[in-house]
Amino acid sequence: MARTRSVRGGINKPPSPWVIALGSIAIVVFFGFPYALMFISSLKTRLEITNIPPDYFPATPRFDNYLTVWASEVDPASSLLATAVIALGATLLVLLVATPAAYYVARFRFPGRMVFLLLVLCTQMLQPTVLAVGLFQEFKGWQGYAVWAALILINAAFNLSFAIWIMQAFFASVPKEIDEAALIDGLGRLQTMFRISLPLVWPGIVTAIVFVFVNSWNEFSAAFILVQHTNLQPLTVSMPRFLGLYIKDWQYLFTVAMIAIVPVVILFSFIERRLIGGLTAGSVK
Amino acid sequence: MSLTATPSMVRDSTRRRKRSGTHAVLTALPWLVPTLVLILGVVLYPAALMIYTSFFKYNNRGIQRGDAPVGLDNYIGTAGALTFPGVPVGRILLNTVLWVAVVVLITVVLSLALAQFLNLEFRGRKALRLFVILPWACSVVMTATVFRYGLQENVGLFNRLLVDTGILQRAQAWTKDPTSAFWVAVFVAIYVSLPFTTYTILAGLQAVPDDVREAAHVDGADGLRRYWFIVLPLLRPAIAVAALINIINVFNSLPILRLLQETPGYHTGHITTTLMFEYQRALGPGVSSALSVLNFIFCLVIIAIYLAIVQPTKEVA
Repeated sequence: MARTRSVRGGINKPPSPWVIALGSIAIVVFFGFPYALMFISSLKTRLEITNIPPDYFPATPRFDNYLTVWASEVDPASSLLATAVIALGATLLVLLVATPAAYYVARFRFPGRMVFLLLVLCTQMLQPTVLAVGLFQEFKGWQGYAVWAALILINAAFNLSFAIWIMQAFFASVPKEIDEAALIDGLGRLQTMFRISLPLVWPGIVTAIVFVFVNSWNEFSAAFILVQHTNLQPLTVSMPRFLGLYIKDWQYLFTVAMIAIVPVVILFSFIERRLIGGLTAGSVK
Repeated sequence: MSLTATPSMVRDSTRRRKRSGTHAVLTALPWLVPTLVLILGVVLYPAALMIYTSFFKYNNRGIQRGDAPVGLDNYIGTAGALTFPGVPVGRILLNTVLWVAVVVLITVVLSLALAQFLNLEFRGRKALRLFVILPWACSVVMTATVFRYGLQENVGLFNRLLVDTGILQRAQAWTKDPTSAFWVAVFVAIYVSLPFTTYTILAGLQAVPDDVREAAHVDGADGLRRYWFIVLPLLRPAIAVAALINIINVFNSLPILRLLQETPGYHTGHITTTLMFEYQRALGPGVSSALSVLNFIFCLVIIAIYLAIVQPTKEVA
């Protein structure tokens, strides 16, 4: 993490400022340019964005795109609602399901523990994409709002392994003696987990939560194959509908994209520091 | 009380270890059952269902035709997944291998350099890391869409930039040709894989103790040798984990190719995963299940080859 290294005999020479400057500029440009283009494009009019050849910048930035987009035919509000419900639901479900499992696995040795952990690891190798047809067969009867429930289950199931893996590493880092003291003082197992261990591993839980949330927010394949009704589609699936056969509303597409990614980027930046340790806590050590 | 009694009392009161096996499993179950239900119901059951489906005939609206299993007809029959007329299967399999190998290899190499740079001590590196994280936080769909727009022949700004800077003579319809669209997709796949890989390797780098490198320095090894002989071997587990997860992700990445290839039908730019969705739409769940099963086996084979070559679990002293 934020470890300050002393500048010692030669191995940590302060890097040349030129290298730093050039490297930084390269990184900012390389990782920033698509999203800069997205932002600039979201401020153009339809005429400006479909001009041939295109202009780099809009004559006047049209911030009102961010208001008028809600009234467009694609109805991004309902898609945003779908995305939010699915992502929040999946995150909550993962939290409820993964926390006790991670806690127990980190605290106890029991027959079948390795089998359980292996099973969890195996699901890490499977993704909704590769099982899409099977998921379609299983959930094709879930019509209407039930399709959101199906997507909540799917997103939760496929993100479960990661959450368990991170959380159990964090639980394992809390000394057992703290738990035992609480148990001796008369707290039940469940209460010990909630009132003693959970507050101590909060950083790990937050990392897992944000990770699951972002993954579910961005999920595409399962939603693509399962959701039939356009007004139930999450953003990832509904956005291409801005590009009709004749009218291509790229500017609205990017307006919605900006609205969708800004909260996620902010959320991600909060756990950025912990990602470095948290991601590999279970596997690399 | 003798001394021997005390630990057993503690064990009793804290209710852990030394119980009959079945009892231990029964105590564990309530904590694990929700996870097991979710994994069995939403991961393993559809996997089994997919295998089962692949042995029956369906039409393209998902309605079953006939009750009898049809053997391997969905795999290698007249309209099977591998033998459907007009589908360049050989090319698509080659594409799939290329897709995974090229994307993962370039991603890991670039990430090693990026992580090395981000591990330096300088002002503003935290802000810089936020830039690196962008493609990870933004959905793959959004990122692929921006590239799709930028590379449009007439209205794309990347095209205009390439022409204005003299790199291209005239604008190209990158996404309308299966082959160029495939390589654009490779670029985008590398782009979105960089953050995770860089972060994993960065974590590995921060675990490399200073004294080891210092010792090598005292022994006279220069920077490059220290990196090659000391740092890189220590990074091996981190690289292995990053590469493995990348292989799985890249193999399963549907939206990138789906959004960047604006050519319909069974063209030469498919990988098995995108072909599977094409089949699902055109031929129904029977044939696409068959391809999914093959796809999954293919994925396992690639992972097995990778594990055999790299041996990520091998201990590094």
